[in-house]
Amino acid sequence: MRRSPKDTEESAAIISRRGLVLGGGMAAFAAVLGLRMRHLQVDQADQFRLLAEENRINIRLLPPARGQIFDRNGLLIAGNEQNYRVTMVRDEVDDPEEVLRAISRLIPMTDEDLDHAREELRKRSRLVPVTIADRLSWEDLSQVAVNAPALPGISPEVGLSRSYPRGADYAHIVGYVGPVSDYDLSRIDDKDPLLLIPKFQIGKTGSENKLERQLRGKAGTKRVEVNAIGRVMRELGRDESQKGANVQLTIDTRLQNFVQARLAGESAAAVVIDVRTGDLVSIGSAPAFDPNMFVRGISVKDYGDLTGNKYRPLANKAVQGTYPPGSTFKMVTALAALEAGEITPDETVYCGGYTEVASRRFHCWKRGGHGKVNLRNSLKQSCDVYYYDLAQRVGVEKISAMARRLGLGERHDVPMSAVAGGLMPTKAWKKENRGNDWVIGDSLNASIGQGFVLASPLQLAVMTARIATGRAVSPRLVKSVDGVETPEGGGEPLGIDEEMLRQVRGGMFAVANETGGTGAATRIVDKELRMSGKTGTSQVRNISKAERARGVFRNADLPWERRDHALYVGFAPSDAPKYAVAVVVEHGGGGSTAAAPIARDIMLAAQTDGVPPLSAYPSSQRGRISSSLKKLKLWDPDQPEAPDSQA
Amino acid sequence: MSYLEYNVKSVPSGLSKVLYLNWPIVVLLTAIASVGFLMLYSVAGGSMTPWAEPQMKRFAIGVFLMLCVAMIPVWFLRNVAGVAYALSVLLLLAVEFFGSTGMGAQRWIDLGFMRLQPSELTKITLIMFLAAYYDWVGVKRISRPIWVLIPVVIIALPMYLTLRQPDLGTSLLLAFGGGGVMFLAGVHWAYFAAVIGAGAGLVSAVFKSRGTEWQLLKDYQYRRIDTFIDPASDPLGAGYHITQSKIALGSGGWTGRGYMQGTQSRLNFLPEKHTDFIFTTLAEEFGFIGGISLLSLYVMVLVFCVVSGLSNKDRFASLLTMGIGLTFFLFFAVNMSMVMGLAPVVGVPLPMVSYGGSAMIVLLLAFGLMQSAHVHRPR
Repeated sequence: MRRSPKDTEESAAIISRRGLVLGGGMAAFAAVLGLRMRHLQVDQADQFRLLAEENRINIRLLPPARGQIFDRNGLLIAGNEQNYRVTMVRDEVDDPEEVLRAISRLIPMTDEDLDHAREELRKRSRLVPVTIADRLSWEDLSQVAVNAPALPGISPEVGLSRSYPRGADYAHIVGYVGPVSDYDLSRIDDKDPLLLIPKFQIGKTGSENKLERQLRGKAGTKRVEVNAIGRVMRELGRDESQKGANVQLTIDTRLQNFVQARLAGESAAAVVIDVRTGDLVSIGSAPAFDPNMFVRGISVKDYGDLTGNKYRPLANKAVQGTYPPGSTFKMVTALAALEAGEITPDETVYCGGYTEVASRRFHCWKRGGHGKVNLRNSLKQSCDVYYYDLAQRVGVEKISAMARRLGLGERHDVPMSAVAGGLMPTKAWKKENRGNDWVIGDSLNASIGQGFVLASPLQLAVMTARIATGRAVSPRLVKSVDGVETPEGGGEPLGIDEEMLRQVRGGMFAVANETGGTGAATRIVDKELRMSGKTGTSQVRNISKAERARGVFRNADLPWERRDHALYVGFAPSDAPKYAVAVVVEHGGGGSTAAAPIARDIMLAAQTDGVPPLSAYPSSQRGRISSSLKKLKLWDPDQPEAPDSQA
Repeated sequence: MSYLEYNVKSVPSGLSKVLYLNWPIVVLLTAIASVGFLMLYSVAGGSMTPWAEPQMKRFAIGVFLMLCVAMIPVWFLRNVAGVAYALSVLLLLAVEFFGSTGMGAQRWIDLGFMRLQPSELTKITLIMFLAAYYDWVGVKRISRPIWVLIPVVIIALPMYLTLRQPDLGTSLLLAFGGGGVMFLAGVHWAYFAAVIGAGAGLVSAVFKSRGTEWQLLKDYQYRRIDTFIDPASDPLGAGYHITQSKIALGSGGWTGRGYMQGTQSRLNFLPEKHTDFIFTTLAEEFGFIGGISLLSLYVMVLVFCVVSGLSNKDRFASLLTMGIGLTFFLFFAVNMSMVMGLAPVVGVPLPMVSYGGSAMIVLLLAFGLMQSAHVHRPR
């Protein structure tokens, strides 16, 4: 078609005008784009750079290796062994069920394991690795590792887990570790991020628990680059974790093993303390259990067996259990009376079999009475009436004060679970706690370690060590932390007259060595190894008038839980004491028959660093003792691992 | 007097036409495409496959086609504009019935040897046809309602078809491109004012229709609008694209994190990093300097187009050139706005840089048309 030139010019003018407008509009918009770019890339660059780094970098915690625990000779008590496991990060998995099914085809997993894994996955954060299979063999781990590309979110890992090569021997002292529980988290005020790692192991009982701070170590961190779905691409850097401090205990593994073996079969406890340093060289409690069971995850049945056992294997009787000390308390009353000047060592008291105070009869254990007894004989024969007499002269306050000086009624600071404070009653205590006034009968009971008086084997051992040395020996369980020695517990002098102490020790020597002594049957004939001691038999029931009239039941005729506790405290060698011991056999019957033989064997083992030498026993007993010692299940202490764990 | 009658002698003929091409545009387009190769190599983790190499081959084919089209006399193009438009509308209809579905949308037909995206083609044929239309309609009649209604129908038809695919981005580009040509041709201002007013009304209708039976957009389109308005509302879900894209851009800073050092794209935080979001990778790795340089290249292409269009005395050629310039502008403006959080994520590629066959070849064809107009301009 045709068009006039005017049209063309007019239209050209329009197009030019509009073209310029449109061009200008486009240029303006391009400028807006440029400004926006500048705003994002220059003005907000730092902020976005940070966000990009947050996208990219993940910080993962590196759990530290837990500090090891050694005995006084450097033998391993608690160590770490490699543990192969498989973890899953929930966030990296679309369908965890499918992955779990795939895993269970590769490695043996029971339905219980799978349920547990599901539970953990549900409970834990979606971002942290959750252990879904533990304690795998190297072959199983390899299976998972090889198939890892087909298993999203899954990674095979090598971790450390706690092991106790000495098995049950240290169950009560060292305790065990276990995974952090919700209960732990709610109970302890600890902001350590390590605790948030699922299945991170912390000390649950014993020294593992009390020394948690030293043993745990410091978490390291690893900065990793992750992609959009969270898979780790590479490691950017790491701060190594700091291993927990190694702890050396004062326990002697060889003696500890002997003590546990010697106590086996009884419900009993024994504490051996080095009187020169306060070192606890052995703390036995029977029956025991294998702490490794708890680390691995104890089965319901095994746990039921432990809690249902009337001998209470889980309790550390040596420090948690408190018992009426019975006659082992008589040294305290004697020292209180001597120091108060109420009696001299040679002064005699007549024992006719009982004392009548406030129209109540207080009986001596010997029905016919001991006749005239002085201090030495009162201890040797364990005459109760002698102490009833002292109690009336001295009063309970002074006895109580002396007991405290000797370490009774005081919670000793040793890193073990539930260390008992025992009880050393005073008039004020009774008023406050029982609401009654103190009566003279209470004093009489207290004077022979009955009534309200309660003490743990540990306290009794400390008491004996203090009598043996005249110093305020304080127990020490931790020899060193990370090579730094903790102060010894030899203690300052107690301020008790040495002559009085000598008199009391003489009485204890007579108990254990002289004919007629309650512990004479268990005497040590080797002069270098001789022991001084005191037997104790504490009632756990009241003897009624009728029973006394009929004749007191013999322990063997009573059901186990109503029999008397058997106790023995002693130190050796008699002339220059090195070790003190306290033995309690729950419901064992008489102290001289149930507790004293154990104490003697332990003291011999302690002094000879091994199995007691037969030559130390009276020749008439050697045959019997030889065969019973042979029956003890002892480990070769040079073997690093126990051949089998004994409970 | 007709353009043909007084111009034909002064127009170059034969191979000498090559000398009269708008060479700056060719150079600029090659430069932009090279930026694309560089980035595709980078997002593939330093590899020619799977993106950089095919893209280079397509660019070579596209440049060849551009030169071929540039040799065709512009008056022939004007005469076939109607046919080209009709053909592309038919292809859009074919997609409607035989098309394949990709990424939740039905957009291309498999021709056996290549996948054709007719909506891409339509962007160009629409411009061509409108230019031819306004070349034919006299200036006096341009603003009469009946002569305004015809181009509106011409634009609305392919718009409707692309909306049904559904492809909101292309549909909007068609509207803006077509409207732009109408504006250039000199349609009265009042019409545009009316359309803008109606547009505002439509937007509010779109929002009001949400959740009702007569809902106008698909749910995913609403979600994109939601996240555009507040990307932070759902940083891991629907807002993820925008948020990560802004992080990538922003972390580039002045000079960028270095070639192949962009953590956002390298670690897959960026979505569709080789197609619609490729600009974010560039901006992350080369920073503000890299981003502004690419923007400058685009603006320079635009400037050469506008200058060429304004200096062309032929009405069709002039409208065609500026229309193509406008389409090119719309591509990069919408894409950049999108990745910088200024516009909703509507799925418009970055011209000449994003990976994708149809878009690049069609754009080069369009520049072939523009070159033809430039070569055969009245002198």
